[in-house]
Amino acid sequence: MWRYAIPLVFIAVLGGFLYRGLYLNPGYIPSPLVGQPAPEFSLPSLKEPEREVGSDDFAGKLALLNVWATWCIGCRQEHAYLLELSRTSGVPIYGLNWKDDRDAALDWLATLGDPYVATAYDPLGDVAIDWGVYGAPETFLIGRDGTVLHKHIAPLTPEIWQRDFLPKIREECGSLPCPLVEGE
Amino acid sequence: MIPEFGHFALILALCLALLQAVLPLAGAAVGNRHWMALARPVAAGQFVFCAMAFGALAYAFLTNDFSVRFVALHSNTALPTFYKFAAVWGGHEGSLLFWTTVLAIWTLAVAVAGRAQPLEFSSRVLGVLGIVSAGVLLFTLLTSNPFDRLASVPLDGNDLNPLLQDPAMVLHPPMLYIGYVGLSVPFAFAVTALLAGQLDRNWARWSRPWVVGPWVFLTLGIALGSWWAYYELGWGGWWFWDPVENASFMPWLVGAALMHSLAVTEKRGLFKSWTILLAIAAFSLSFLGTFLTRSGVLISVHAFASDPARGLFILALLLVISGGALLLYAMRAKDLTADGGFTLLSRDALLLANNILLTIAAAAVLFGTLYPLILDALGFGQISVGPPYFNTMFLVPMLPLAVLLGIGMHAAWRKTPPHLLVTKLKWPAIGAVVFGVVSPWIFFGTSSVLATIGIVVGLWVVASSLVDPVTRLVRRGGTTARLTRAQWGMYLAHLGVGIFILGATVTSAFDVELDRGVRPGETWQAGGYEFTFQGLRNVEGPNYDAVEGQFEVRRDGELVTVLRPQQRVYRVQRNPMTEAAIDARLHRDVFVALGQSLGDGAWSVRIRVKPLISFLWIGALVMALGGLVAVSDKRYRSQKAEEAERVREPAPATTRVQPAEGH
Repeated sequence: MWRYAIPLVFIAVLGGFLYRGLYLNPGYIPSPLVGQPAPEFSLPSLKEPEREVGSDDFAGKLALLNVWATWCIGCRQEHAYLLELSRTSGVPIYGLNWKDDRDAALDWLATLGDPYVATAYDPLGDVAIDWGVYGAPETFLIGRDGTVLHKHIAPLTPEIWQRDFLPKIREECGSLPCPLVEGE
Repeated sequence: MIPEFGHFALILALCLALLQAVLPLAGAAVGNRHWMALARPVAAGQFVFCAMAFGALAYAFLTNDFSVRFVALHSNTALPTFYKFAAVWGGHEGSLLFWTTVLAIWTLAVAVAGRAQPLEFSSRVLGVLGIVSAGVLLFTLLTSNPFDRLASVPLDGNDLNPLLQDPAMVLHPPMLYIGYVGLSVPFAFAVTALLAGQLDRNWARWSRPWVVGPWVFLTLGIALGSWWAYYELGWGGWWFWDPVENASFMPWLVGAALMHSLAVTEKRGLFKSWTILLAIAAFSLSFLGTFLTRSGVLISVHAFASDPARGLFILALLLVISGGALLLYAMRAKDLTADGGFTLLSRDALLLANNILLTIAAAAVLFGTLYPLILDALGFGQISVGPPYFNTMFLVPMLPLAVLLGIGMHAAWRKTPPHLLVTKLKWPAIGAVVFGVVSPWIFFGTSSVLATIGIVVGLWVVASSLVDPVTRLVRRGGTTARLTRAQWGMYLAHLGVGIFILGATVTSAFDVELDRGVRPGETWQAGGYEFTFQGLRNVEGPNYDAVEGQFEVRRDGELVTVLRPQQRVYRVQRNPMTEAAIDARLHRDVFVALGQSLGDGAWSVRIRVKPLISFLWIGALVMALGGLVAVSDKRYRSQKAEEAERVREPAPATTRVQPAEGH
């Protein structure tokens, strides 16, 4: 009788899905921000509280926005590489200090070095919510027209820079002169 | 040299497995007794070589042979010896070797027990096990050889994943694997019945211990895993509906259904094709579990290294083995016709309900586990299915199941007069309802609908499981019939279910959770206890450094305990690990975990007071114990004992309420 073949059909369908699943990446969570205009913000600067740092600072520039905090172990891990990038890549790096203590953050920059052109201080995490940040470190690549070109979650490494960031930067620059030459 | 020796032994084991897969089955098909007779010695040989390979890998670990890639990746000279041995199954390659070794042990046990069975039958069973074994050995050797050497030998190894450096973790995977792999035996029995085209009551009787045995191990393995997650992951939860947890839970549910449907098949000759289908499903789900954990198709806390080539191989194996069995089922199952009927109020009908409900629960878990994958495969994007879905979908079939369970234990086969059930179960039912409604108010001063339902159902299961044993103990030598081991086992296992339900309900409904930042010297209240953070100190372990907090716990001013949770950093892999401190008592656990430093000397702290959580593990232990007692029943042991039993057992058509025959 045909009903005894139902389990066979079931496992065949299941097998099809599992096969397809092998070639998908379950860890890939696309950011809804990628391809969208970067959210505007303006916050007090970490170093000079009376000065404002915000999206206006990198308007018209190709830039990185790095979300960090002193309590974040991954941030410490990527810090040395951020310093290297700030010297060699030519792409300005802006910091967003997230849910942190100002003194601890200043202390961190003084001891470990400061890769950032400027750092915005967001102790309550309001701006981070607009940017869809749910963990630190996160790094956004922002194009000259203000669109988010790429978002990376987890510490930045040379491999990830080569693989994910450089192609996007090249594409963005096209034949126009770009700040970026080295670092490849 | 020793690793090469192990590698060679594994290749020989594969050769023997291929022999075992081909000759006995071919012999049974053409009637060649010499070929069939080969099954047993070949199975024994395969066991010897698997054990040698396993021993060789263990030796490489114990002697710090970092020229072996697998050892270099999962061990370290500073790793305590105990964990060096456990590291054999602490990674993908070694756990596969462990899988095949366990299969070889089960196969050997089947070969020994099979001496009492007809040659054609036992050689077919061993042949099917040979196919499974050959597939897994081939997989191990081709994609995941644990004996691979490294060209340049590192000075020291990468260390065992710190999450696995824990006593419960040493036992959890072996228990689960023994259970998973053991389900291959009823699978082999099922395929044999399909090949032979016949399924009699002997078949069901021979199969039963081979279902209960693995199920006992699965129960213990799942409980250990849950216990480990509870105190080691530091989240204070005990079940997360993680894909890998689900992968172990589905075979457990289907195995439980199979156990019960086999009882009907044995006693009444019914549900034959359904029993076969369950046996195939139980093992297929075990295999699916292996696929899910090894292929990386789903996100899980059990982040094993995964790669698509391996996933593809396991998937192919799953489709060949399970698909082959189901193809056979599609062709042959219609021949397995049943005779005899039953009424709505009979053990037969109640066991049918049990099977339907358990299968629904397993299907709901399967669907929830694979739903994200299915949506993603269809291009609908990524979602995750959370505990709300699972809790609801699981409770809906489980609550009626627990209610029916109490009746089912006391119902007779074929037909039960309702008044006898009412007489027997009146007081347990009334007691459960009264005490279940009142007790939350007495003990916790509050209650909820869900908590009341859970406690009433839990108490009902406990009380109805105790009726017969208690009567038996009180009226010693009276009119009550003697209970067989199978019956004792049944009552015990169900008592375990009741205890578990009570624990799960009370813990979920009345636990107290508090997360806060504290400074040394601070005192605060939670769940009727007073906590004082006394300070921190640095601790050095054999292969980790830790910060240890000291917390004084008082109740009404009296010191209850001092808890010392740690935040560890393992030196080699550098990942931080939370070691919660737990004061465990029968009626509650007080759980303190140290979080991160918040600066200024403040630390985030996680406090949990969990009433009756010990009932979860006790319940699981009692369930497993019940299974063990049932398996030890003498009618599974020899032909003679079985005949003795037949004489003593009254005819099944009796209308008197019989003390349950263990199901």
